[in-house]
Amino acid sequence: MLSVCGLESLERLYDYLPDDALLKRPLEIPAGLSEYEITDYFKARAAGCAPSMPCFLGAGVYRHYRPVMCDVVVSRGEFLTSYTPYQAEIAQGTLTTIFEFQSMVCQLTGMEVANASMYDGSTAVPEAAMMALRITGRDRFLIARTVHPEYREVLDTNARNSRLYVETFGYDAATGALDLADLEAKLNDQIACVIVQSPNFFGVIEDLKAAAALAHKHGALLVMLFTEAVSLGLLEPPREADIVAGEMQSFAISPSYGGPFAGIIATREKYIRQIPGRLVGETKDADGNRAFCLTLSTREQHIRREKATSNICTNQALIALMATVFMSVYGKEGLRELALQNVAKARYLSEGLPLKFTGRFFNEFVVKTNGRTPAQVNEALLGRNIIGGYDLGAAYPELEGCMLLCATEMAKRAEMDAVKEALR
Amino acid sequence: MAKAIGKVRSHQVQNEALLFEMSSPGKKAYQLPELDVPAVSPEEALGAENVRAEIEGFPEVSEVEVIRHFTRLSTWNYGIDLGLFPLGSCTMKYNPRINEAVARIDGLAWAHPYQPEALSQGALEIIALLEQYLAEIFGMDAVTLQPAAGAHGEFTGIMLIREYLASQGNARRKVLVPDSAHGTNPATAIIAGYDVVNVKSNEAGMVDVSSLASVLDGDVAALMVTNPNTVGVFEQDIAKVCAMLHEKGAQVYMDGANLNALVGIARPGDFGIDVMHSNLHKTFSTPHGGGGPGSGPVGVKAHLEPFLPTPRLRKTEAGAWAWDYDRPKSIGRVRAFYGNFGVLVRALAYIMAHGGPGLKNATLDALLNANYIRALIEPYYQIAYNAKSMHECVFSDVKQAKNGIKTGDIAKRLIDYGFHPYTTSFPLIVSGALMIEPTETEPKQELDAFCDAMIAIAKEAEENPDAIKHAPEMTRTPRVDEVSAARKPVVRWRPGETVSKAAD
Repeated sequence: MLSVCGLESLERLYDYLPDDALLKRPLEIPAGLSEYEITDYFKARAAGCAPSMPCFLGAGVYRHYRPVMCDVVVSRGEFLTSYTPYQAEIAQGTLTTIFEFQSMVCQLTGMEVANASMYDGSTAVPEAAMMALRITGRDRFLIARTVHPEYREVLDTNARNSRLYVETFGYDAATGALDLADLEAKLNDQIACVIVQSPNFFGVIEDLKAAAALAHKHGALLVMLFTEAVSLGLLEPPREADIVAGEMQSFAISPSYGGPFAGIIATREKYIRQIPGRLVGETKDADGNRAFCLTLSTREQHIRREKATSNICTNQALIALMATVFMSVYGKEGLRELALQNVAKARYLSEGLPLKFTGRFFNEFVVKTNGRTPAQVNEALLGRNIIGGYDLGAAYPELEGCMLLCATEMAKRAEMDAVKEALR
Repeated sequence: MAKAIGKVRSHQVQNEALLFEMSSPGKKAYQLPELDVPAVSPEEALGAENVRAEIEGFPEVSEVEVIRHFTRLSTWNYGIDLGLFPLGSCTMKYNPRINEAVARIDGLAWAHPYQPEALSQGALEIIALLEQYLAEIFGMDAVTLQPAAGAHGEFTGIMLIREYLASQGNARRKVLVPDSAHGTNPATAIIAGYDVVNVKSNEAGMVDVSSLASVLDGDVAALMVTNPNTVGVFEQDIAKVCAMLHEKGAQVYMDGANLNALVGIARPGDFGIDVMHSNLHKTFSTPHGGGGPGSGPVGVKAHLEPFLPTPRLRKTEAGAWAWDYDRPKSIGRVRAFYGNFGVLVRALAYIMAHGGPGLKNATLDALLNANYIRALIEPYYQIAYNAKSMHECVFSDVKQAKNGIKTGDIAKRLIDYGFHPYTTSFPLIVSGALMIEPTETEPKQELDAFCDAMIAIAKEAEENPDAIKHAPEMTRTPRVDEVSAARKPVVRWRPGETVSKAAD
C-alpha cells in the first residue's frame, strides 16, 4: 500500500507537518490491554457501585424494568453501526423507526409534531425556550420552581449567553403545585413562554389547564416538561400546551449514571418550521411505494449554517430506538398498566408517612424526615443495604428536612416496608 | 417456455407494515408481575380529571411481531458491520463490541446519578481516567465530559471563551469561521450570542492568512478552526494563525471532528489551540447508532479551566473522588447530571484496548488508508486540492459533471456496488465535493473493492451517464423523493392517511 502511495515509510504520511506541531514523544497512556483485562477493570469499577441495592431515588432518573427485547434490537449492527440516515435508500430501517417514534410521542403527548430526539430532557428546555422566542418574538421566560433544578440551571446557562431573561415563579407551600397567583402576577406581554413540569420535581401533578389559560391570556406559550414518561400512560396528555419537551429515559433507558438519555420536543403542526433537530417525513420512492426520509432540513445547521433553528447535529437516535421498542412491547394497555403499578407502589410507600405536600402525585412524593436530617435517614437505610431518597435541602433551602422518594414497579413490598420503618 | 420470474416486492420481509397498521386490540408483548401491594383506582389516586381515557392510536402487537418488525426493518439499513462506510468527517470506524459489553455491566448501567458518592467511586474513577487520557491526547490542561455531542461541545467551548473574555473586561462581538467549516460552527457562534464573520480559504484549501489578517480586530472573540480542515489537509500555518489571534487577545477554538488524523502524532494544545472538542462517536469508536448518542468532551488550557461547566471532579483529602459544585467562575451547567456516561465508558474501553502505542498506529493506518484510496482513484476523479491528504481525501465531480453526473449521482450509484456513499457536496468550498474517509479499520481488500467501484462508476459516467441518474437500482428502495416530502410534510402516522399507494 505504501508503494502505491509512493511512500517509503509510514512516517512519510505525516513528517511534513510543521515541526512545532509534531508530538516528539509517545503518548503517556499505558500499552493496550486484552478484552479480558478490560472487562475485569470495568467489572471491578462496577462492583463498587452497588448494582444490586434497592433504590428509592427518582428526581429525573427512574429505575424501570427494561424488557430484554430492547437491547436485542439496539444491538443489531444494522442499527448500532449505521449513520444519520441521510442516504434514505439504505437507511429505511432507521427512518421507519424514527417515524414510528415521532408518531408515538405525538400520541402520548397529544401534540401533532415530534422531532427525532434531543440530547436529553434538560437540553430540550433551552431549545423549547428558543422556539418560543422565535414564535412570539419575545425574549423573557417564566419557569416554575417546581421544574427539575438541574434543568433550570441548563436554561440559565443558555440564557446568560444569549441575553435572555429568565424569572422563576413559586409553588404553593401546602400542595406543592404551581402558585398560580404568583404566575399571574409575573405574567405580562413581554413573556415568550411559561415553562412548567408535570408531574413536577416533587412528583405532584400540575393543573396545566389553568397554567395554559393564564399564559395564553398574555399571548405567551405554555411549555410543558416531563421527566417521567411512564406517567403519560395514565395522565391526561398536555393538550393545552404549545410545546412539550421531555425526557424518555423511563422507557428502557438505563440510568447509566445520568446518560445517555433521549429528550424530545413536540408541538403543534403550525410551529413545525420552528422545531429544532431532525424530522423524518413520509414520501414515495421511484416505484411509488411508501418510503421515509429526513425532511425540512432547511431548518438545520448543515444547510442553514448561521441561520439554523439550532446547532444540534448528532442527537440520540439509538436511545430513541430503545424507547420505540419499549413502547411497542408495552403498547396501549401495557403502558397504562405499568403506570398504574407505579401509582400503586408509590401510594403504598407513602401511606403512614409524614408527607410534605397535599397535591396528588404519580410515583414520587416529598416526605418530612421529622427530627432527623435526610442524610441521617439515608445513612440508616444504607446500613440496611437500601439507597434512600433525594435530599431536597440543597436545591430548595425551604425544604430542609425533606426528601423526595420514588417507587416504581420495581420496588418490592418488603423493601418499602424497611424504608417506611426507617422514616417513622 | 417457462415464464421469467423476478424480484417480488410483496415478500413479507421487504414490505413490513408500520406498528400501528399491524395493531389490534388485545395483542400484547409484555408481562408485568402481580402487584404485591393493594391496587388503586387511578381516578381516586390521581383525580378523575387527570386520567386519560386511552392513548389513542398507540400500537398493540405481540412479542413475535415486535422482534420481526424491528429485525426486518434493520435489514433495510446499511451499517459499518456490513462494509466500508467512507463518510468524510464522520470517522465511521469499526465499533468494538467489548465497549458495548462493559457499558452494560450492572453496576455501571444501573448507577443512579444521585446515589451517594461513596457508592459511585467506580463511575467517578472512570470519568477521571478518561479526562486524564483525553487531556494527554489533546495536549490540554483540563477536560470536561459534560457536553452530549460535538455541537454541544462547540457551544460549551464558545461559552467558555465568552466567559473568559468577559472576565478580562470585554466579551467582544465576533467569531471568525472559515468558509470550509462544518455548519455547526457558525450555528454555534450565533446561539452563543456572537456575530459570524466568514474567512476565505486560499487556493490550497487552507485558512488564508492575509484574509484572516484583514478581518482580525479587537472585536474578535475567537476563530473556530478545524484541523486537519474539512478538505483533509493539515493547516500548515496553524501556529502562526493561533499567534495572530492571541496577539489580538482572541482565543482559538478547534473543532476536533478530524482528530482521528492526529492522535499520537500531533496535539492541538501544542500548536496553539486554547479550547477544542472531540467527538467520542468518531475518533473513539463509540457507535453512531443511526444518529447518536454522541459525546463531545471539551479540552481547555489552564486559563479557561475555572470556567468549565459545574460540577467538576476533585479528590478529597481522604483520597476519594467527589463532585465539586463550588465553582464561582463556571459558565454553569450545560446538561443535567455529568454527561453521556455510557458513551464515556465505551470510549475509555477503546483507549485502554489500544494503549498509547496502539492509538498512534491507528492514526497511521487511517492516514495510509486515505492516501491509498487517493492514489488509486486520483486518475479518474479531480482532487480538490493538491496538498497532501491526511485521514480523508476530497475530490470534485468536475470531470463527471461534464457528462451531467454530479457527486450525488455517483454516491447513489456507489450503493449499487455495495458501499455506503462518501459525504457529498461538503465542504461547500469545493464544487461538487466527494469527501472520502475510510478510517483505519478497513482491510486492504475492502479498500480495493471500493476503489474498483469508484473507477467503474467513473467509466459508466463516460459511457452511459443516463443509467447512473436513476441509481440505486439494486436496493429494496429505489431513489427516494425528498423534495415532495418537504413540500407537504407528513411527520406522524394517522389512520387512513398515507401519501403513497398501499405497499402491496
